[in-house]
Order: sequence, then C-alpha cells, then structure tokens
Amino acid sequence: MADTTTSTVALEETKAIDTKVDCRNINVFYGAKQAIFDVSMAIPSRSVTAFIGPSGCGKSTFLRCINRMNDTIESARVEGEVIIDGEDVNSAAVDPVLLRSRVGMVFQKPNPFPKTIYDNIAYGPRIHGLARSRDDLDEIVQNSLMRAGLWEEVKERLAEPGTGLSGGQQQRLCIARAIAVSPEVILMDEPCSALDPIATAKIEELIDELRERFCIVIVTHSMQQAARVSQRTAFFHLGKLVEVGDTEHIFTNPTDNRTQDYITGRFG
Amino acid sequence: MPELPGPLSFDDPEALARLKKRHAAERRFKFYGRLAISFALLFLGLLVVSIGSQAVAAFSHNKVVFHLPLEADLVAPNGPGDPAAVAENISGFYQLVREDLLATFPEAGETAARTRELNGLVTRLAVIPMARETSEHLDRLGETYRYRAPLSDDLDLYLKGKVAPEIDLRLDEITRVVRVRVGEGVEAVERLRLESASDFSVLREAMQRADTAMAEAGPDAGYSILLQHGANLVRLVPGETGETGETLFFEPLTGIPANLAGARPTARLILLPESARNVTDRQVAWTLALAEQGRIRSGLNWSLLTNADSTYPEIAGVLAAIVGSLFTMLVTSMIAIPIGVFAALYLEEYAPKNRVTDFIEVNINNLAAVPSIVFGLLGAAVFLNLLALPRSAPLVGGLVLGLLTLPTVIIASRAALRAVPPSIRSAALGLGASKTQTVFHHVLPLAAPGIMTGAIIGMARALGETAPLLLIGMVAFVAEVPSGPTDEATALPVLIYKWSTGAERAWEPNTAAAILVLLTFMVVMNAIAVFLRRRFERRW
Amino acid sequence: MLQTFSHIPMAWLAFAVLAAAGCAAFLAGRATAMKISASGSVMMNSQPNYHGYFAAMWTVLPAALILLAYSLFGSGLARSLLTQELPDGFAGMDGVQLSQYLDRVGEAAQLDRAVWASEPLFAAVTERFMTLQGGLKLATMLAAAVAGLAGLAFACRRLNASFRARTEVENGIEWALFACAAIAIATTAGIVLSLLFESIRFFTEIPVFDFLFGLHWNAQTEEDFGAIPLFFGTFIISLIAMCVAVPVGLYAAIYLSEYAGPKVRAWIKPMLEILAGIPTVVYGFFALLVVAPAVSAAAVWLNGLPVIPDEFFAASSTNALAAGLVMGVMIIPFVSSLSDDVINAVPQSLRDGAFAMGATRSETVKQVVMPAALPGVIAAVLLAVSRAIGETMIVVMAAGLRPQITLDPTAEITTITVQIVALLTGDSEFDSPKTLSAFALGFVLFALTLVFNLIALRVVQKYREKYD
Repeated sequence: MADTTTSTVALEETKAIDTKVDCRNINVFYGAKQAIFDVSMAIPSRSVTAFIGPSGCGKSTFLRCINRMNDTIESARVEGEVIIDGEDVNSAAVDPVLLRSRVGMVFQKPNPFPKTIYDNIAYGPRIHGLARSRDDLDEIVQNSLMRAGLWEEVKERLAEPGTGLSGGQQQRLCIARAIAVSPEVILMDEPCSALDPIATAKIEELIDELRERFCIVIVTHSMQQAARVSQRTAFFHLGKLVEVGDTEHIFTNPTDNRTQDYITGRFG
Repeated sequence: MPELPGPLSFDDPEALARLKKRHAAERRFKFYGRLAISFALLFLGLLVVSIGSQAVAAFSHNKVVFHLPLEADLVAPNGPGDPAAVAENISGFYQLVREDLLATFPEAGETAARTRELNGLVTRLAVIPMARETSEHLDRLGETYRYRAPLSDDLDLYLKGKVAPEIDLRLDEITRVVRVRVGEGVEAVERLRLESASDFSVLREAMQRADTAMAEAGPDAGYSILLQHGANLVRLVPGETGETGETLFFEPLTGIPANLAGARPTARLILLPESARNVTDRQVAWTLALAEQGRIRSGLNWSLLTNADSTYPEIAGVLAAIVGSLFTMLVTSMIAIPIGVFAALYLEEYAPKNRVTDFIEVNINNLAAVPSIVFGLLGAAVFLNLLALPRSAPLVGGLVLGLLTLPTVIIASRAALRAVPPSIRSAALGLGASKTQTVFHHVLPLAAPGIMTGAIIGMARALGETAPLLLIGMVAFVAEVPSGPTDEATALPVLIYKWSTGAERAWEPNTAAAILVLLTFMVVMNAIAVFLRRRFERRW
Repeated sequence: MLQTFSHIPMAWLAFAVLAAAGCAAFLAGRATAMKISASGSVMMNSQPNYHGYFAAMWTVLPAALILLAYSLFGSGLARSLLTQELPDGFAGMDGVQLSQYLDRVGEAAQLDRAVWASEPLFAAVTERFMTLQGGLKLATMLAAAVAGLAGLAFACRRLNASFRARTEVENGIEWALFACAAIAIATTAGIVLSLLFESIRFFTEIPVFDFLFGLHWNAQTEEDFGAIPLFFGTFIISLIAMCVAVPVGLYAAIYLSEYAGPKVRAWIKPMLEILAGIPTVVYGFFALLVVAPAVSAAAVWLNGLPVIPDEFFAASSTNALAAGLVMGVMIIPFVSSLSDDVINAVPQSLRDGAFAMGATRSETVKQVVMPAALPGVIAAVLLAVSRAIGETMIVVMAAGLRPQITLDPTAEITTITVQIVALLTGDSEFDSPKTLSAFALGFVLFALTLVFNLIALRVVQKYREKYD
C-alpha cells in the first residue's frame, strides 16, 4: 500500500525537478536473496540527495547500482533501468568502465592507492586519457586538489604516499581523485563514518561546495548530516524505498509513519 | 576556481577508440592468465600420462612355463636332510631350466655362444622362488615341478611391442623349401630358398617401403625379417641374393624349416637392426616358438610388489623399499609429531613475547625453507660421523626426515591452535582451570583434527623426500626386506631414483610402476588428511 | 660376562623399564598423597594424581636423560676407548684404514662369533670391544637406576599436604614444551656447526680462494676444487626455472584470484596443489624420460637448420634446459600459492577505488593491486629462488655431472647439489678432501638460501603488518 503511494509521489516529482539520474523499478538480488525491491526514484542534478535508513536497508546496494559497482560482486544481479541523460546504464551497450568515469564514487573507508598523492589524483585522468601533456595533468591535479580543499595542505608533498595523510585528508584525497575525471555524478557511501567530527565538518563543507557543479548522492547513517548537507532525502527500509522528497519536508512533515519513527529515533 | 576538463560522453570517437584499446589489453591480460594455467595443467597431464603409460607395461609380465623333474642329486647336493642347501642351490635349479630349454631347442647346442643366447631367455636368479619352495617340501624330490619363470625383461618388452615397431604380414602359400649352398669353398653356408606362388610380392613390397624409410633414417638403421609358421621360424639373410639377383635366401632359426612348405607363414618385419637391440633374432624366434607351444603365459606382475630389489628388472620388486619407507616414517612420526606439537603449544600458548621467542620463530620459519639436502649433510656429519649410528638405516633416515618435517608440523599445529577461539580459553580459565589444564583439556583436543591433518600432510611430503636419504647411505643395494629400523634398508623414492638410472630398458616401466606405488601411498595419506579436515572441521 | 651385556637391545628395554618405573612412581606418589589426605583434616593443595605425576616425573626424567646420553654417545665412546687402547700405528694402519677396521669390528660385534673367530687378532680386538661396550651398557643401566631411585626419593620427601604438586608438574611440562621448541634451534645450530666444522677442515687443505674462485672442478680425482662452474650451473638452471615459474605462477595466481569464478577456482587450485605434492624424484624421472630427450631432439633439429652452424647446440642427453624447465614447473604452485595469498591480502577497498575510477580489471591489477602486493610477490620469488637453488633430485637426474661454464642450455651442466650427492653417495671416508668439499658446498648452499629466506621472511612479515 505504502509502496504505491511513494511511487506515485516520486513520479509526480520527476516532472518537477531537473532529473540527472532516473532509476526505474530497480530490483537487486544476492544469489536467491532479494536486497532491493522495485525502487524507482529520480535524482536531480546540481544538488545533494541523501539516502538514509537503518543498517542493511539496502541504501548502499542501491547506490552501487548507479555506477554498476554491483558488477564486481559475483552473486549480485540487478534488474530495472538506471537512466543517465537518456541512456540506460544497465544496457549492454554501455561500458561500465566509461560509465564510472562519469559517475565517480567515494567509499566509506578512505582508500587511497599505495602511490604518491600526485599519482592518486592523476590515476583517473591517465587511464581515461584526459590529459594531453604533463602540464595538463599538473593542472588537473592542482584543480582537483583545490576543489577538494586539500591543495594548501599537500602542495609541498605531492610526491609523498597518499597513505601517509590523516584519515580526513585521505578521504578528501579520494574525493579529489573522484572529481579529477570531472564526473557528472558523485556517489558517496557514508564518506564520514570513519572520520572524527572536525574532519567530518570539512567534508560536509566540501560537499556543499561541490553541489554547484555535480549531482551528488550520499548515503549516511547520520540524520543530522542528511539534514545539514542534502536538499533531497530518500528513506529506505528493508530494501524498499519508503519515502523520497525535499529534505525539509521529510524531516519536518514525513508522509509515512515509518519515516516518522526513524527520524524521531524510535528504531534504527 | 580554474576549470576542469569537460565530462566524457559515451559517443566521443576518441574516447571510444581509446576504450577499444583498453579492452583489447584487458582481453590479452586475461588470456595470459588462462595460458599460464593451461600450461601448468598441461604439464601435469603430460606427466601423469607419460608415467601412467610407462607403468602399464610393468603391470603384467610374460612367464615361461616349465615342467621340471626335481632330480634329487642335482637339486639337493647334501641330501634331503639339508633344506638350507637346497634353498641356496640356485645353480642346480638353473641347470634344470637350462636343460629343459636345450631339450626344447636342440639347435642351440651347436655352439656355446648359441647356448648362452638361449639361456638368456630366463635369468639365473629367477629360480630362487622355486628353490625356496622346494626346500620347504623336500618330500617332492623326484616329482615333476610346474614352474612359471619370468621371461627375460627384454624379451618380455618385445612381446609387449616395446622393443621396436613391427610389421606383420600374412604371406602366400610356400610351395617348396629347397636347401642350397651359397658362397665358395670354406665360406660356403647352407641356406634355404623358399618358393611361393606370387614370389613374395607382398613381402618384397613391404621391404621396399622399409628400405626407403631406413634410407632416410640414417646409416645405422636396418631391420630383420622373420618368417613364422607355428613353432618353425626362419630368417631372411640380407645382402645374399642368388645369381638371378632376385632370390630371397633364408636361414633356419628354430623348428623344422621343411614344415614351411605348404603353409602360409607370417612375415615379421622388426624395424630395428639386431645390433641396436638387446634381443637377438634367434631369441625372438625361440620366444615366439615357446608362445606357439603355449608355454608363455602373461600374468599380473605381482612380484613387483612382493619381491625385494634385484639387479634383474624382471624379478625386482618394491617390497623391501616399502618396508624401509615404513620404518623410516615410523621414526619420523615419532620425532616430528610429538616434538612439533609440543613446540607449537609452547610457542602459541606459553611463550612470552621476547627476543628468545622471536628468535625461535624466525628459526622455525627459516628451517622450513632450508633445502632438504642440507638436512642430509647434517645427518651424515652428526648422526653417522659424530654419533656413529648405523649407515643406511631407517633409524637415521627417520631422524633426518623428522628434523626436516618438524618445522612443517610446528607451523601447521600453530595454525590449528590459533583457530581455537580465545573464548574457549577464557571459559576454562574462568572456571579456575590452570593454564596447563586449559591447554591440555580444552585447546589441544579442539585443535587435534587440524594438527593431525597438518602432520599427515607433512608425513606425506617426508615420504617422497629423496635427497637427504642419498647422503646417509640409504641408496645401498638391499636385496633383503629389513626387519627393524637399524637394519640396512632403502626407501621407496630412493629406489625410484636407483631404478631410473638403470641401463636396461625394462627399468623404465618398473620405475614408473614404483612411482605409482609411491603416489598411491601419498594419495591415501592426503585423502585421510582431507577426510579428517572435512569430518572434524569446525567453524567458530 | 660383560660381552653378553653388549648384545642387550637397549632401546626397547629402556622404554619398557622407564614406562614401568614411571607407573610405579606415579602409584607410589599418589598413594603417599592419599595417605596424607586421609590421615589429617588438612585440605590438600593439589589432587593426589598430581603428586603421582610429580613422583613419576622425578623418577623418569633423570634416568631418561642418562639413557638418552648413552644412546647418542655410547657407540662413539666405546669406539674411542678401544682406539686409545690400541697401540699407535696398530697393524700399520693409518687413520682411514683404522676407522674402516673399527667399522668392521663394530659390525662383527653384532654378529655371531663363528663369523670372525678365524682371525685371532681381529677376534681379540672384537672381544675387547664387546667387553667395553658391555661394560658401558651395564654402567649406564646402573647409573640410570640410581638416578631414578634418587629422583623418586627426592620427590617423595617433598610430598606433604601443602606441597604445590600441580604447580611443580605444570612448570615441568612448560619446561618440556620449551625444550621441544628449542630443538628447532638445536637443529639450526647442528646444521651450522657441522657444516662450519667440516668446511674449516676442508679449507685447511684447500685455500678458500681457490675454492670460491677456481674455474675447474674435478673433485672425484681430488685435483681441482674450483667451484665456479658449479655456482654457474646452479645459477643457470635456477634462472631457467624462474623464467618458467615466475610468469606462469604469477599469472595463474592473478587469474585465479581476480578473474576465475568460485567453481573454476575450486577445481584449478587443488590441481595446482597436486603439482606441489608430487615428489621431486618423480619430476626427475619425468625430466629424464620425456623432457630431456625432447630437448635434445629439438636441439639436433635446430642444428640441422641452415641458419644455425653445425654442432651449435650440444644436444646432450641430459641438459640444463630440461632440468630447469621441469624445476620451473615444480615451483609454479609454490609461486602461485604464495602470490595468491599476498594478492588476496590487498584490501578490497583498493580494488573498489580503482573500479569506481573506471579502471578495467587488468588496469586495476597492474596499477593498483600488483604495486600494493609487490613486496609480498618479491618475497615469494625469493623463496622460490631459494627452493630452486636447493632442489636436488631433478638436477641429479636430468642436468648431468659435467662441470662446465657454458650458455648453451642444451649442454650438460652440473650444480652444487648434484656434486654434493655425487661426492657423498657410496662408501667414502670422512677425512678425504673429496668428502669434505661436499660440506663446503653445503655451507655455501646453506648460506645462500639462508640469505634469500631471511630477506623474504622479513619482507613478508613487514607486508603482513601493513595490511593486518
């Protein structure tokens, strides 16, 4: 009953917003077990969309559908359409390699490559052939680091290993690495869960700045974070999308009782 | 803020071209991986097939059936009161065999060399079982004894088709057999001229083909042609043609050549010159004649499992080596398993974290990677030279292999102990058990299946170890089954090494068969280990 | 009388007597403890069983130590006692002959008198030897008995209600366990000392420099002891083996851990492990039977080609290429399983990071996984090299015995291990430079592999710390 309502809500709103990613009837299975049940949702460009919900509700799995990271898990199977700029990313014609250059991702735990800071950023542009010369590459590295707000901190030690940075710096390095290939969408899977409050504040500030250029989707455990950084919020529960809408609306006047219970802390 | 390059699009031709290259690299990389695995598996397959196909020839052996009268004065020179003398009277029994062979093929008596050639059909030592059995039943003296003696290894290989390629042809009927003299004066020899309806057209054709093939193969190549009808065999004499240049001359080998008249004989083209093989045409003829008389029986070669080593491949067996290996493994397991398990217990459960412990750890890890031959040197210097323990004994072999296996057992046992969750220890300690009680009552029993698995795998590896045993003299020729760990003995892998260096062709199938025996033992041990792991494996 | 004792089988007797004594001491100790606990109202500190164990421990241990010492040094001691009694230059024999003579005496002593009674001198020496041996055995048994009884008495005197028997027994157990762990050290020490000792004896006769840098090896005739051809042969064969094992093993590991599905892995991995389980002597036979003839046939064919000068390849029937190839195959599973471990230790998050950047699988492997796993892979290769250097049977059977320095892979070539086997197989005396040179070679081999192993183990340890 609730599902049908949300679907209609989502569909109605699709018309209202400038949609970047349009997900239609997504089902995900791990072997025989179904993890996502018929989720449809539109994600607007140049804004931050937050996925919230209790652990294991499928929000990360759903996020990984957008850049087909589920392909790397052998038992996973995805049904449905994810449409970016009019093209279904799940179709055979779309190369996941190229897709991922357009849809960047930042992970829960900072995972810089065991290379220098410079090489970490330059990795994407190199494999995708974005830089024509060494100068181009230098510029991309500098731009990305500047955008990620890390330039001032690391400009003297670009040749040092990325693993030597602090946790917060590493995560910003990973964000810089993601934006170096100028993606259109950036997916963030609980990017602050391994960080202390000060580093978290910096990342949140960064997300807010990046919103002007990118479509950002963030999975978060913290409702406060969702409220602080996102314009739209989607609430997942047991693999189903319960409710999606403007963040303000979801947090002040949710339609569904389960959303109400979750954000007021009655479960989850 | 400076600009970043624009986003890629799905249909940018440059991006697509680049992508194509990257995907090609991807496919190449994956192909290399498959290639590597195929190479390894192909090699494994080749190894198994080549050894397996070699071993097949050793599974059966052709034996000559004899009916020998046990003449008391020949067999029991000291009278029937001395069974030991009968058992050791090899020459007496062999004489029975020789006489029987000569009676069957009287033509071999012409010259001493030919008699020796005939005696080559059965080796001297092949009569040992008969001598032994007779010594246990001296009341049978004077009776006729039915004995199956193993055929000489090379002739056995000939019958199995392993000596040379052979073409067998069915010829037309021989119409006449004429005795002629070829040559002048003293050099003249008696030959046979055979006449056939078609003048051997089939045979001549085959000879032409063989000649062409041999001409390509080189100057040393050649072939023999035997004509057989029943137990009567003649051989084509090459290079001696009659006045017409077309006549084929034959010389008699065995049986009655005249019997060929009116028969359709089989021509056997043995495509290897007599000088290049260990069996002469005459020996082949006798063997074929024996086979024709029904006196050659092929049977499972049990003696390979029940005999001790010998210098003759047809009567050599692996029994002594198996027993030697078992004694060695007994000593090895008595050294490696208890000491290894206790050392692991100490390191995993008791050892304080300090330099001594670290040193022991590094030591054990390093010891596991020391070449096995170095352990052999240790055995030679310490056990043989310094402690004067007996040479070639399973005791020393077992000690050396025990030290060699020790690190493996320790490492496996530690992994098994580590897999026991700390909660078990806490539970026992919480009930007031002492550390030692906790370890011996709870941790060790829970880790036991894992430890046993590791220990058995370690033993299996030790079973295949060869190099250290060579250095402590276990390579000595031992024809007796050892009765204890201090007797002279050899081990199965060492026997394999020794047999593989044997000059005669027949050692090859024997070696391959011995390898199969060794591998069988190892497979059984590993199967037990896998069974233990499956049956008792616990997931915490 | 003492000669009769020389025939007593010490090992089994000692086991039986020790076991019986242990049981008796255990029962005695436990009975004492039970008496104490029954007589007084005091609470015993330990269970009676532990008092029993304590008594047994103190009885068996001293006796066992004495018997162990005898079993290790007894025969050597009897021999040296006999040697001292013999006059100098006994029957005009030098050192080697004397030791062979004593070997025969030792053998004769085991046998029936009738065998050696015909030679009066030999018989006298043998009888004297048996007397010495018998006396030694009797003395040992007496000493063991006295030590056991003394231990028992000491233990029983300590037993009382407040005695912490359990703690004492557990301390004893801990010491025993430590002793077991220390055997590993003793083994290493034994290896180092024996190799060093014999090598030093060798180097007193042959200068170290000649050995390490000499270009000619002819140890069988005791003429030349220049080991360079052997080092070279070892190097070439190991190189060939590595050229096979490293790429194949590494690619196999990468394919299995990054590409293959679980079903393929479940089949292929055990198959590769079979390769690792096959005894080296079997590989040697395979090399001798199949690979070496194939290599030599191929070389003959190549020699026949117009572009290649005649006799360019030696086409020997045992050759370096066959040995190296087969050895390489033997080492494949070693490299692949070690590399598999290190590749799997690279955290998944790194792979995810690369995939999310749009890297293909091979790019991820080449640019992210392998650089991260590199130290581990290097360690695996080092361990593999150390294995190749120390491998014996394959080279003994397929490489040949001719010490020569040649780059022709189809030529016969020899290695350190082959020469050790060749020099020490068969009855040879310990004191000749020929035999001793085997130990010098062994020392080089041990030192070489030790360096490789230590570096590799250190790298692996560092690598584990990084990702644990």
